Amino acid sequence: MSAKKNRRIAVAKTYKIYIGGKFPRTESGRYFTLEDKQGNVIANLCRSSRKDFRNAVVAARKAQPGWAKASAYLRGQILYRTAEMLEGRREQFVAELVLQASTQRAAEQEVDLSIDRLIYFAGWTDKYQQVFSAVNPVNSSHFNFSVLEPTGVVSMLVPDSSSLLGLISNVAPAIAGGNTCIALASESKPLCAVSFAEVLHAADVPGGVVNILTGFRSELTEFFASHMDVNAVIYCDGGKAVAKTVQELAANNIKRVIARSRMDWSGDAENPYLIRDTQEVKTTWHPIGN
Amino acid sequence: MALKAVRTSARFPDLSRVPAVDEVGVNERVARFQSRSIKKASKVEALKLVLSMIDLTTLEGQDTPGKVHQLCQKAIHLHDAMPGLPHVAAVCVYPTMVSVAKEALAGHDINIASVATAFPSGMSSLSVKLDDTRMAVAAGATEIDMVISRGAFLAGDLSYVFDEIMAVKEACGDAHLKVILETGELGTLDRVRKASVLAMHAGADFIKTSTGKIEPAATMQVTLVMLQAISDFYRHTGKMIGMKPAGGISTAKLAVHYLVMLRETLGNAWMTPEWFRFGASSLANDVLMQLMKQSTGVYQSADYFSKD
Repeated sequence: MSAKKNRRIAVAKTYKIYIGGKFPRTESGRYFTLEDKQGNVIANLCRSSRKDFRNAVVAARKAQPGWAKASAYLRGQILYRTAEMLEGRREQFVAELVLQASTQRAAEQEVDLSIDRLIYFAGWTDKYQQVFSAVNPVNSSHFNFSVLEPTGVVSMLVPDSSSLLGLISNVAPAIAGGNTCIALASESKPLCAVSFAEVLHAADVPGGVVNILTGFRSELTEFFASHMDVNAVIYCDGGKAVAKTVQELAANNIKRVIARSRMDWSGDAENPYLIRDTQEVKTTWHPIGN
Repeated sequence: MALKAVRTSARFPDLSRVPAVDEVGVNERVARFQSRSIKKASKVEALKLVLSMIDLTTLEGQDTPGKVHQLCQKAIHLHDAMPGLPHVAAVCVYPTMVSVAKEALAGHDINIASVATAFPSGMSSLSVKLDDTRMAVAAGATEIDMVISRGAFLAGDLSYVFDEIMAVKEACGDAHLKVILETGELGTLDRVRKASVLAMHAGADFIKTSTGKIEPAATMQVTLVMLQAISDFYRHTGKMIGMKPAGGISTAKLAVHYLVMLRETLGNAWMTPEWFRFGASSLANDVLMQLMKQSTGVYQSADYFSKD
């Protein structure tokens, strides 16, 4: 009797994409299959199309002004809350990493670092402005000062190998600084990115601030780089050919291009300059009497 | 209030012959229109046709002569970086802004539409509504968008609504009359169909879904019901009536769905700005961005298009 009771059918998770605070399937109806080393199917994932990316940019653009206007304190709280939610689901993320050929120890280390990384950038939200802003000495009767403003919508081709920590190390500094983003998840290890979208959702990150797609680099890179309504593009992998494609297409609307191909995600990325990468400097000349 | 019929040519229709609307059928039909695949060259043609059918609209309490001027400039210069674009069909403004629009559009083949008859609620006396209409026409409006008295319609006073439309039609003179049913306040598709029949028999040149001030505004469902009413009216009287969905149509994709619906319900004869209009403000830029995407292959940003 009890043996029969335990033989229930496992409920497999449907991995979907994350656009504008919703979890749709790709509009294209396509998917790809993730297999482990033995060739067993782990999951089916959405093979996002350029139209999914287009929809994600619309969502990110819509969310951007509101997110930039949210106080630094609030953005910090929300990032902190994201870390709390991730902590609570630690085991799930470790299991997913192990499923995708990580060792138990490496998986635990990556999840712990990811949680700490979120806390790290949560702390910076109300501090980077003081550190990077300046009052500039000028040779005229002006009070001259420079402050940072978010560049806007950031598209990200996040690292393939560091599928959770690499994703978080790119997303967190961008949104900490008031940007909104669209990330293309690791192609070979996409599971954690989709689960992380659920964490963001539960942490009250407003819909559209972070959008996450799964799919093929080769198919989507050109659109991540060429879209006129994207203000900065980050790429983390690929050789010279990828760099050339991204940089040429980004020139269309003079996007900021940020190359992070030689980054050590466990150490280097704990760094406030990652926030400044996606900021614009606004300098104001304010006339003063002598 | 009893009204004197001003024209004897229009006869109050026999509304008992108006067919009931099958709502499930309408929904299924609408879903079908949305599944058509319009690509490449046909898409470009469809988008250009959409542009030529737009009534570029600003109907805000905060409208100033400057804002109307800007709108008219937008109507004339949709996107000069792209040669070969059509211009919009009309601009649509409040009566007090008609003279501004007329001056701004001088020498251009763009119509001036004005809302009238105590827009958007229509809650005023007939004489005020007629004066409103005459004022807009005198200032240079070539098209009048009137609202029906929804209160009277819902209370069952259909002859009042009928007579009122006739009287406004008379006051329009040569200007085209578009009759706004405000379908969002009518509640059911059956009432939409009935109001459409009433308006067409009373002398409407166009029937229009909404003021844009009430949610829901235009939907494909109500538009389909109105198109079917136009089709039946044409079959019985031989008279073509135009259609204008307005409010809530802000994407190129949705506008193309409407064109598919128009083509498959009324046919090619209606596929011109003379017989079909979109009442919209933000639609134009989205269509322009899609056209630009088709020609450059790159997704566009609103940053590079003039504000509307």
